[in-house]
Amino acid sequence: MSNVFTIDGQEIPFEPGQSVMQAALTAGVFVPHLCYHPEFRPHGSCKLCTMKVNGRPATSCTTPAAAGMEVENNTTEINDKRRMLIQMLLVEGNHFCPSCEKSGNCKLQALGYALGVMSPHFTEFFPDRPVDFSHPEMLLDFNRCILCELCIRASAEVDKKNVFALSGRGLKKHLIVNAESGRLADTDFAVTDKAAEVCPVGVILRKRHGFAVPIGQRTYDLKPINEQVERFKPVTPATKEKV
Amino acid sequence: MPKSPENLLNNVLDRYERNGNRLMQILRETQEALGWLSPETITAIAKSIGWPRAKVEGTAGFYSFFHNQPMGRYRVLWSDNITDRMLGNINLMQAMCEKLWLEPGRVSEDGLVSVDTTSCTGMCDQGPAVLVNYRAVTRMTQERVTQMAELIQKQIPVAEWPTDWFRVDDNVRRGDILLNNAMRPGEALKAALARETEQESAANARSWREGVGAAAHGPSAVLEEIKKSNLRGRGGAGFTTGIKWEACRHAPGDERYVVCNADEGEPGTFKDRVLLTRQAHLVFEGMTVAAYSVGAKKGYVYLRGEYRYLLDPLKSVLTARHDAGLLGANILGRRGFDFDIEVHLGAGAYVCGEESALIESLEGKRGIPRNRPPYPVTAGFLGKPTVVNNVETFAAAALIAAKGGDWYRGIGTTKSAGTKLLSVSGDVERPGIYEYPFGVTVAEVLADARATETQAVQISGPSGICVADNEFGRRIAFEDIPTAGAFMVFDRSRDMFEVARNFAQFFAHESCGFCTPCRVGTTLLKNLMNKIGDGHGTQVDINEIYQVSRVMQTAAHCGLGHTAPHPLLDTLEKFRPAYERRLKNLTFQPAFDLDGALAQARQMTGRDDLAAHLENAE
Repeated sequence: MSNVFTIDGQEIPFEPGQSVMQAALTAGVFVPHLCYHPEFRPHGSCKLCTMKVNGRPATSCTTPAAAGMEVENNTTEINDKRRMLIQMLLVEGNHFCPSCEKSGNCKLQALGYALGVMSPHFTEFFPDRPVDFSHPEMLLDFNRCILCELCIRASAEVDKKNVFALSGRGLKKHLIVNAESGRLADTDFAVTDKAAEVCPVGVILRKRHGFAVPIGQRTYDLKPINEQVERFKPVTPATKEKV
Repeated sequence: MPKSPENLLNNVLDRYERNGNRLMQILRETQEALGWLSPETITAIAKSIGWPRAKVEGTAGFYSFFHNQPMGRYRVLWSDNITDRMLGNINLMQAMCEKLWLEPGRVSEDGLVSVDTTSCTGMCDQGPAVLVNYRAVTRMTQERVTQMAELIQKQIPVAEWPTDWFRVDDNVRRGDILLNNAMRPGEALKAALARETEQESAANARSWREGVGAAAHGPSAVLEEIKKSNLRGRGGAGFTTGIKWEACRHAPGDERYVVCNADEGEPGTFKDRVLLTRQAHLVFEGMTVAAYSVGAKKGYVYLRGEYRYLLDPLKSVLTARHDAGLLGANILGRRGFDFDIEVHLGAGAYVCGEESALIESLEGKRGIPRNRPPYPVTAGFLGKPTVVNNVETFAAAALIAAKGGDWYRGIGTTKSAGTKLLSVSGDVERPGIYEYPFGVTVAEVLADARATETQAVQISGPSGICVADNEFGRRIAFEDIPTAGAFMVFDRSRDMFEVARNFAQFFAHESCGFCTPCRVGTTLLKNLMNKIGDGHGTQVDINEIYQVSRVMQTAAHCGLGHTAPHPLLDTLEKFRPAYERRLKNLTFQPAFDLDGALAQARQMTGRDDLAAHLENAE
């Protein structure tokens, strides 16, 4: 069989058009990621899925799989860098897991545990990010935004609404909503939108539902994220995915 | 009759046919007319171009030169490259702020004026430089600061300010085949067209439009010359131009574009500014030659916002070329050879020098580098095959079209054909533009520029390489020191730590923010440099610089993030004492600065005596 490459020595079959990450996840190999979502086109911004492909660093969600590739994924060298990327995201925003209602369902937190993040390591930036509580059913806590753009993509591609977008540049880059007032209540956002459910962290939250499932019984409380690869397997036929 | 804001806005929108791809120009001209981009203005623009409002706000928010709040009727931006620093820009800016009762970055209480810093404006050979309402002013002095503050306070329109302030000199110190060429407009094109016979021309015009031009003789004959010349891109990456053009020519699709990258943002680089001032015809001619050989009908010049003053002169040259039959339909009478060029003005974003970010910007979007592949040659502007080349590359291509690839290849070194323009600034007697055949040594350039006591040269800007005096025998060439053109000289009186710190600030300001390692890493590096610079650093912080750098070099999305650590790593390797003498003799120093935390209290109480500082209380 020719459509095979290796990750850390393990043979991984792939279908033409699949990315390295899709093939890995399909084969049950865990790949840390935040901006990737099986229902959306790969984005390549969080860089947590960085691997070494034939000795060179590559973003695995945007790298097309090719026969014979030798890929390194779960190595000390790569995981050290991934840990630092998580730490970068932690100090860039305001993340206080013990008081966050997303705790246990948060991918950033789960990956932090999986990669052995013991502290934020760097000096916190403590940015000033106001919360948008205007919408009757949803709230936006920008303090936790990691700029993965999943809500932007979901709103544009699935909901056809373009409720979310980015403004600013560099460290001042931030999520905005599609309203002159800048308030979520003045957009056509609805609690049933795809964009309402894709946030991997605790930015887009449903009001009055935060603790329906108690902490301790949540998704990543039950099992570490790296043991739940099946959650991230590609759902659309690989040939339709545009890498 | 005074025009209402609605009228002004509609005029701009009509001029750009309410086309979202022209959003950058719409935003700029609207801001020029109305002063700033209010939420209502953004809504109106979004409605008229049929884009989501948030997307328009996103574009407006990305570029430094667009503001979504009033920034004063006079906006003074001080170029803050290290060369401006060496010429005393910070003191001058402070003096200006004091005269205007201002804090840097803040708008005056009466909404009249704001003063701030901006990334290098490309006037390093005649600094300190400022932009006043985005018009370049050179050679600032204490006297000019005083006069400028008075003019602002008296609310004299910028158009009535002394014209000498806006004088930009070319300072060409050494010319060669490019700068000394005496070709007349159209000469290179005529030579290009002469490379085919008349009978072939009709078949040609048809075939290369249809993307099956491989066999067509005329355009491919030009392409052959470009390939033979071994011309490589002059923007820094050094990709072989002939291969790029050929890939674009053969890419499937019926529309093609030629884009000239004049977003000369690398600090210390100003050679494209001089080329566009003195050799605009040659640059446009090179673009037209490219259009001819790849089969493009439309071209854009992406001119950096800092060079706003060049916009009108460039438009005049384009008009002249139209009138002479060198642009437009049936160029030089050749049926089917149609090509037009438009100038697109940027708005203050270094990352747009990266070709795919530049294309995004050209489409009216935020300047974020794309995921590649696909490359622009197959999917560029509007998803169509696009050639993006530097200003200097196009100028060289025009010369090659006229004089042939063999002639060009004979100049320079075996691996680096032709000449290279260097923008020399810093501690030299004769700053300016120097054109050399490839292979010139750093020492030769230093001697020509009359540099003395030279400690180091930063070649190709902050993203390039810092060479120390034991390397001055190295050569400017792709096989040794490749460069986009910057050549900043530092003598022994300069502190190389401050040089690196300035560059770290630059990258933190210019990171587009797309990927985690660059967005956060550039700020971490800046903070670490500030910590060391403020006397709170330890060996741990130097180790930290290395670690953050490695993550950036491994994982960043584009060249900006990969190269941002270079100036720090280079100076750490070659000028380590500059760092070490700043370190506290400790293995650990808390990042939290107790004394710094009292700064606000000192400001509020107006105290700055010894007892108001924690360190002295110890």
